[in-house]
Amino acid sequence: MSARSEPGLLTAPATPRPLPPLGPTRRLKVPRQTERTLDSGLTVIVVRRPAVPLVELRLWMPFGQAQLARGHLLAQTLLSGTETMSSVQIAAELQRIGGGLSAGLDPDRLMISGAGLATGLDRMLEILGEVLTGASYPAKWVAVERDRLVDGIQVARSQPAHLARTALLKRIYGRHPYAVQTPNPEQVSAVRPAALRTLHAQRVHPAGAVLVLVGDVRPERALDAAEKALDGWNGAGHTADLPPAPPLEPGPLLLVDRPGSVQSSMRLALPAVPRTHPDHAALQLANLIFGGYFSSRWVENIREDKGYTYGPHSVVQHSVAGSVLLAAAEVATEVTAPALVETTYELGRLATVPPTSEELEQARQYALGTLQLGISTQAGLASFVSAYAGSGLRLDFLPEYAARLAKASAADVAEAAARYLAPSRAVTVVLGDAERISASLATLAPIDTVPVPS
Amino acid sequence: MPTRRARIPATRYPVERFTLDNGLRVVLIPDRSAPVIGVAVVYDVGIRSEPEGRSGFAHLFEHLMFQGSENLEKLAHFRHVQGAGGTFNGSTHLDYTDYFETLPSNALERALFLEADRMRGPRLTEENLRNQVDVVKEEIRVNVLNRPYGGFPWLTLPPVLFDTFPNAHDGYGSFGDLESATVADAADFFRHYYASGNAVLAVSGDIDTAEAVTLIERHFGDVPARPAPTRPDFAEPDLRAERRTSYTDQLAPLPAVASAWRVPDPVDDFAAYLPYVVLAEVLTDGDASRLVERLVHRDRAVTSVGGYLGFMGDPFDVRDPTALLLQSHLPPGGDIDKVLRTVDEELDRLATDGLTDGELARTQARMATHLLRETDAVLGRALKMAVLEQQRGEPGLLGELPRLVGEVTDEQVRAAAATLRPERRASVEVIAGGAR
Repeated sequence: MSARSEPGLLTAPATPRPLPPLGPTRRLKVPRQTERTLDSGLTVIVVRRPAVPLVELRLWMPFGQAQLARGHLLAQTLLSGTETMSSVQIAAELQRIGGGLSAGLDPDRLMISGAGLATGLDRMLEILGEVLTGASYPAKWVAVERDRLVDGIQVARSQPAHLARTALLKRIYGRHPYAVQTPNPEQVSAVRPAALRTLHAQRVHPAGAVLVLVGDVRPERALDAAEKALDGWNGAGHTADLPPAPPLEPGPLLLVDRPGSVQSSMRLALPAVPRTHPDHAALQLANLIFGGYFSSRWVENIREDKGYTYGPHSVVQHSVAGSVLLAAAEVATEVTAPALVETTYELGRLATVPPTSEELEQARQYALGTLQLGISTQAGLASFVSAYAGSGLRLDFLPEYAARLAKASAADVAEAAARYLAPSRAVTVVLGDAERISASLATLAPIDTVPVPS
Repeated sequence: MPTRRARIPATRYPVERFTLDNGLRVVLIPDRSAPVIGVAVVYDVGIRSEPEGRSGFAHLFEHLMFQGSENLEKLAHFRHVQGAGGTFNGSTHLDYTDYFETLPSNALERALFLEADRMRGPRLTEENLRNQVDVVKEEIRVNVLNRPYGGFPWLTLPPVLFDTFPNAHDGYGSFGDLESATVADAADFFRHYYASGNAVLAVSGDIDTAEAVTLIERHFGDVPARPAPTRPDFAEPDLRAERRTSYTDQLAPLPAVASAWRVPDPVDDFAAYLPYVVLAEVLTDGDASRLVERLVHRDRAVTSVGGYLGFMGDPFDVRDPTALLLQSHLPPGGDIDKVLRTVDEELDRLATDGLTDGELARTQARMATHLLRETDAVLGRALKMAVLEQQRGEPGLLGELPRLVGEVTDEQVRAAAATLRPERRASVEVIAGGAR
């Protein structure tokens, strides 16, 4: 045991030890991709990363403007059977190759994702092809999944994070299709299997779709396998363009009254730009400095200094129709207004005073380092490639983005902060117990109070 | 004709182990395929070791380990990791507490410095303690009090299955216990449990082994030697009669139920334990599994069912006593008795008739994928191997798991199913207080 003092009660070391410097910066290592566009219009991208003997699969197809309840139920029943296979058979056949597939929906896309043993890639693609061309939406399974989806929506509606997000989306997007992203139980209950078959015929098509395969595979072989297995998946079908998202309209703070809440869910939306926009790198750095990572002003203020909250976080989210910066914190009910004061203060400070060079370098290193970390697993790489493809980008954009991050100056970041992080541009929603928080919130801003949706 | 089974592949990460003079055990897992590293320090103390009247203390103390140390001011740890392009966290489990970073590989020495510095001693101050008590209370509100099914079943089932404080109590802690924690408690806790002899350091990824050894000796070599405390025996007898309890969750819109059965000692009797890990997957992994097919699709008695080993869900990082859990969410007005009866029926059927052709092999193939996928992340390897070293002295087990899972036999799974009798079962039922 140390003779200096008791462990655990140290205040300062007898001899300070210096922080070791970082080693030479490793150049960003970007894996090579191989790509082929099939006659059907499907783009297939393969990246070899043989770290573990698995393969990751991501397939998305444009699905904007699809009727919400039908779209969600289609995602939930896409793997429920074909002419030749039941749902149980599909699941069992996938399991046999260590595989699994699942489908999900966002306002832009239908996404099928999964992973399996690399030796089972051909079989996984075959099953995928069979589902894409022959999903039959058996009435019995649709009925079960319909009820499960309704139950799932009920559970989601009991969660404050979901309720806050729902209110925020509606407030931000107004009449845009992004405004409502969860169907009503009643709408779901009304969906019949025939409607799913129709929607499938209209929208589940390869044109504009992107399939990403990452793992312990030989790229040319994987491209051939995909081409062969998805040969029968054809037809351009129906497409629907999304209108651009409307600009944010600041206004009164929207207070969603959830009586009995022991915390308030605070959400702020701010303007943002897409990945390719010249301001994007500077905006990302400004966002990090504000609240985008733990060592940000917002987290250090409302968590580490004041203890108002556990996990405040802000992030730039990209969708086809537009990008938005979202900041979220669950704060103790009694400090809801003070937490909003600090949030507005930190936004305003960054929008009006340039960051210090230490702050900027720290955020820059984090942005660059986590790019590399994010693509260092098969699953991370697959999701990254798939998301990039969603913005029309390929991995070769990554070094360019890194270069933009590397050269953004403090002035660039200050300018981006003034443009995008100004509190005057924020849309603010708070979900909480109005009886306990509305009076103090009203001292800060005009308030519209609405009841929590039932 | 029996179905051909997929060959279960393996990965062989080379593993180096050594122990410093101060008792710190070290595991190195080099892999130069990406320029990133994972660093994990695991201390052999968890929720089960916190004293009565100090529920939640192991977790609160984990927070305090981030509040500055010998050479580091408050906030410095976060800034140094993230300013090197890395990410960090810590987590508190039943039997251990881990601290970890993922970083670009040029930050290896910095990460070692940061971990060694807090192993020598965190800065425990009244101000930091009060601040982190507030933060932890908000964490509990987010994860337990302000959401439906908060703490279900990991906090609500142990007190049904177990009788002693270490195994049964709420690991997040009561607000009263958290608020009464003192700096002196924290200093004692550190002195007792955060000893070099009670810790394992694991480093994985883009490292040169010889260089890593030199750096580890440089930074950890003079951490004062303190021996590991004797680990108390947390054993409890198995149940001899069914236990069942219920509570109303005011936010929950639908009923739910979870059951637990004791299983063999995961460390001392691994061969007997492993079939239970496979059994949980046979029962609940995907649409082709027994309970999903029966309860979700045929009977429509539940909207979801899941099965797993250990209250915190990782079968290979927990010691005895532990359990196999099954949990279900029910549709509105669902019949919990019927669900429990059907589970018994399916377990009987499995124990009596055995598995169908190919059922075991496909489940094992899927489990192999899950295991391999977890080890693909550089940090996943460091964390899991650190715990395997700590609890078993066998970090290389991680690479063996897909094969060992694949060697479990039909007969072993049947025998495991046969032990999950209603009289050995503890269940907790969530009454949907938020049903509309």
